[in-house]
Amino acid sequence: MSAAIVEARGVHKHFGGLHVLKGVDLAVRERELVFVIGPSGSGKSTLLRCLNRLEEPSDGSITVDGIDMLDRRTDINKARQRIGMVFQSFNLYPHMTALGNVALALRRVQGLPRAEAEARARQALERVHLADRAGHYPGQLSGGQQQRVAIARAIALEPRVMLFDEPTSALDPELVGGVLQAMRELRESGMTMVVVSHEMGFARAAADRVVFMDGGRIVEEGPPEAIFGNPQQERTRAFIGQIERH
Amino acid sequence: MTNWDRFLDSFFNARVAAEYLPKIIEGFWLTILLAACIILAGVAAGLALAVLRSLGIRVLNWAIIFVVDLFRALPPLVIIALLYFGLPAAGLSLSGFAAAWLALSLVLMAFTEEIFWAGITAVPKGQWEAARSTGLGFLDTFTLVVLPQAVRMVIPPLTNRTIAITKGTALASVVAVQEILGAAQAGVSFSFNPTPLTLGAVAYLVLFLPVVILGRWVETRFAWKR
Ligand SMILES: Nc1ncnc2c1ncn2[C@@H]1O[C@H](COP(=O)(O)OP(=O)(O)OP(=O)(O)O)[C@@H](O)[C@H]1O
Ligand SMILES: [Mg+2]
Repeated sequence: MSAAIVEARGVHKHFGGLHVLKGVDLAVRERELVFVIGPSGSGKSTLLRCLNRLEEPSDGSITVDGIDMLDRRTDINKARQRIGMVFQSFNLYPHMTALGNVALALRRVQGLPRAEAEARARQALERVHLADRAGHYPGQLSGGQQQRVAIARAIALEPRVMLFDEPTSALDPELVGGVLQAMRELRESGMTMVVVSHEMGFARAAADRVVFMDGGRIVEEGPPEAIFGNPQQERTRAFIGQIERH
Repeated sequence: MTNWDRFLDSFFNARVAAEYLPKIIEGFWLTILLAACIILAGVAAGLALAVLRSLGIRVLNWAIIFVVDLFRALPPLVIIALLYFGLPAAGLSLSGFAAAWLALSLVLMAFTEEIFWAGITAVPKGQWEAARSTGLGFLDTFTLVVLPQAVRMVIPPLTNRTIAITKGTALASVVAVQEILGAAQAGVSFSFNPTPLTLGAVAYLVLFLPVVILGRWVETRFAWKR
């Protein structure tokens, strides 16, 4: 078994008086695809955002690719290049072309000269089959294309792990397939991924492990067949039953 | 003389018009110069304050908000008068032009700061998060991702405010600046005929109609498409 790339231990998060994460342990091995499911408000996004420190955990430890993410001495901007993140709302920069979106961090963070950054950006767009849209602005792209540009923006930095927070939830049903396809190809290329999503079909087909969260805790985890087919906890059963009826 | 003749003689007197036209034209250029100086200084200072404010340093932000509210609350004419008639008492005297420029720049700065600030805070939080998640620092995220979007959003209100403050240059006539209104009033008192004021109004129209039309164009051109 290969070593853990992401290792979160005893992670707590408070928002004021609200205790949102109550001691979460999560280890993700290299090349593993971990699916995180759970009811709304259970802390899935917060957990993901703690992993790259978009949220500051109140307690616990997080290491990613050997880097202590919570150590004050860690150069967080450097560390974040190893952790790609894709958001539900795409969050593309509307004033830049697809190519500009992907090339920005290559230039400003990795310090590549313009030509090289754009060449790398183009390669990343090719990987999500959008090379022909390089010159388009986000407003000229469909939601599915925008999300694939967002994926390209993240993978262009060659991260060690990718975090997806409900990447298809904002899409019209007919556009979901293209994004899932891009994720599938990413997985086949060996990317380590943590995915928060309600796409159970994708989870069944592609996930190595499914983690069920509720009330700020991991309630149950296991291979997709076990979690979907034979959940052990009552809360997991109730949740799976609920989403399967949809 | 009929009433109509009297009216024409008062407001459209050809002899008076010919005599004072050069003065009005000088005033026209002076108005443009004053307005340009105000816009440059006011918008630059307002943007600088908005940028400082987004650093989120509490004491600094209180100071900025105080200054901004002060200059938005005071009538511009009062500020001009304070600078022109008040400062000499403190041993510092400004020319009428400098007093008007400084006063109106401060007012424009205050409004511009609020406009830019509103634009900066209107950029969705997700833009910050996306940029930071790729490793961009605060400064790069602010200048390359957030500010360009903010500026684009605020161009219409900024244009309107700029037009409004440029009209305020007429207040400089109070402190003896021979801009359009000042030159026109001087003409009236020398000729005992209001025709120079008519010329002044025409000069303002010549100056502002294109600006207002430009403003309208800017407003549609930069309407934010999403
Ligand atoms: N910035 C914040 N300030 C205050 N409360 C927050 C903040 N972010 C999240 N929360 C709260 O933390 C809890 C967990 O939120 P989180 O977004 O992690 O849930 P989630 O499992 O991702 O839910 P969903 O499926 O709806 O996305 C919720 O009760 C939410 O209201
Ligand atoms: Mg969420």
